[in-house]
Amino acid sequence: MAIWLTENSKIIVQGMTGGEGTKHTRRMLAAGVKVVGGVNARKAGITHEGLPVFGTVKEAMEQTGADVSVVFVPPAATKAAVREAIDAEIPLCVVITEGVPVHDTTEFWAYAVSKGNKTRIIGPNCPGIASPGASNAGIIPADITTKGRVGLVSKSGTLTYQLMYELRDIGFSTCVGIGGDPVIGTTHIDALQAFQDDPETDAIVMIGEIGGDAEERAAAYIDEHVTKPVVAYVAGFTAPEGKTMGHAGAIVSGSAGTAQAKKEALEKVGVRVGRTPSETARLMRDIMSA
Amino acid sequence: MDLFEHQAKELFAEYGIPVPRGIVAHTPEEARAAAEQLTGRVVVKAQVKTGGRGKAGGVKVADDAADAHAKATQILGMDIKGHTVHKVLIEEASQIAEEYYFSFLLDRANRTFLAICSASGGMDIEEVAHTAPEKVAKVPVSPLTGVDRATAREIAVAGGLPQQALDGAAELIEKLWAVFVDEDASLVEVNPMILSADGQVKALDGKVTLDENANFRQAEHAAYVDKAAEDPLEARAKEKHLNYVKLDGNVGIIGNGAGLVMSTLDVVAYAGEEFPGQPKPANFLDIGGGASAEVMANGLEIILSDPSVKSVFVNVFGGITACDAVANGIVSAFQLLQSRGEEVTHPLVVRLDGNNAALGRQILADAALPRVELVDTMDEAAKRAAELAAVGA
Repeated sequence: MAIWLTENSKIIVQGMTGGEGTKHTRRMLAAGVKVVGGVNARKAGITHEGLPVFGTVKEAMEQTGADVSVVFVPPAATKAAVREAIDAEIPLCVVITEGVPVHDTTEFWAYAVSKGNKTRIIGPNCPGIASPGASNAGIIPADITTKGRVGLVSKSGTLTYQLMYELRDIGFSTCVGIGGDPVIGTTHIDALQAFQDDPETDAIVMIGEIGGDAEERAAAYIDEHVTKPVVAYVAGFTAPEGKTMGHAGAIVSGSAGTAQAKKEALEKVGVRVGRTPSETARLMRDIMSA
Repeated sequence: MDLFEHQAKELFAEYGIPVPRGIVAHTPEEARAAAEQLTGRVVVKAQVKTGGRGKAGGVKVADDAADAHAKATQILGMDIKGHTVHKVLIEEASQIAEEYYFSFLLDRANRTFLAICSASGGMDIEEVAHTAPEKVAKVPVSPLTGVDRATAREIAVAGGLPQQALDGAAELIEKLWAVFVDEDASLVEVNPMILSADGQVKALDGKVTLDENANFRQAEHAAYVDKAAEDPLEARAKEKHLNYVKLDGNVGIIGNGAGLVMSTLDVVAYAGEEFPGQPKPANFLDIGGGASAEVMANGLEIILSDPSVKSVFVNVFGGITACDAVANGIVSAFQLLQSRGEEVTHPLVVRLDGNNAALGRQILADAALPRVELVDTMDEAAKRAAELAAVGA
């Protein structure tokens, strides 16, 4: 069944007529993904890559029955694009765009909350979500792996691919790249909860990196709510200390955000943490072959 | 990007926030001239982008111009937590009645903005937040509604500010919100925000962090870039639009994707522990998803011009850009370097994995590039790169 994205998902692409939008629409179509149209207010009515282009997300949904949007618009236009998706109440909006100002992300997140969170937002600055063998919304190269029963949630794109590839013989139910920006729509915890509830997922790989305290909070969540085995990897143990400034950050998070702090928090609740991506893959292999 | 205190205060002043009069000085002579111009007692403040400068002796009161010269002599060139003091701010001394703390910042965990306000400001705010958290008000601020004068006043009241400071603080807080939003800041902090003896609320210090993702609509922020503090290799890399950070080791690193490169640094550092001299990563370099020949060549050129580099580890995962394309990119990069008169003088360990990995490795093997070794896995490749750096060291 996978989480959030299934073989029945119908995808529209906001920014389909742009360079990245065109490239990845073509790629998704070639992989057999149900992309049903695009959105560009200035090019409404044309056909692009054999698909209709609509003026708004709402219109695209009405005409095609789309329930997923993938956003490839430039950073300056991202806030408006996501607000439009929220207004249309599309169930899933995957924001690939990199370099979105954090004020814009914080604003569209507040907007989504104010509208009752009817739209699940993934990203920004993420590779998207792939349910191997079923569907693929974004830029994840899903052909590097196979369908299986491991769920994966990650802040990092290429580390996602690395793990998908190393465990390609075991396979994945769904792989979610949530993005590494300071403010993101879908969190580690959201994905952990969905994987815990998904009957087709048996175990979970979680990939984090330095900064913030998302991994620490995920560890607390795992402790209370997740019974499926979780293995984790955290990148950035040897990264030099950032130029932190002011006292405000430390006051708020109560955590240094270091990889070591994250590893310790996860291990304390029984999560096995790999030293390298390959060791992490081995830990999951042990669980799945036990 | 973090601003210097004097830059933050210049920005505050543009928004009508009261700040003490001040002049930046780069030499003791300039400090003396500045103090003469300001007249009376002045404060000589080290301009460094780190906290704890007061406790480190980087802030001193001077009685007159001659004293300002003497104090600037002491402070200029000081090292504060690894930051060398290249300039000082000479500022008129303020008559402080009370010190408060105030900031607006991004609250990552709750995905909203936060105002933090406390009547217990000054150098020990972190200690106060730890031992007496009830004295530090944390008020969530929605980006949809923002902060008007009335909200600003509520925040000041929540922070426990006294009656006589409320009007001034509310005005300052409202203007600080304008700075926070209009300048795309992720932090504006005033510590201390003071009530002066004459009843005025002022920003006595200022810390501002700007969001570089917003540079496309904040053209004037380019002027804040501290070119003097930039590592020359980092500056060159920036010109070529490479995501490069100089580190202090001797294994050059090239990879695609920030997470994978960060992970590569870790794996190389772990591997290095087993070899003499404990080789470490010399840099962070993310060449992005495409890994084109030109980007690869530019990246190699930067890394090979770093004199501390003894070996190079190219760690690429081929996803949408499959490994055969990456391998062709590496071969072309060598040709490009050759045409520029550059020679690859260090051993290169290449790990290619992912789509069409076998084909990619074959292309590299057939090209028989000088000093290039292929290793199949990331862990083994890291070990080999560290070993080569140890031998070369």
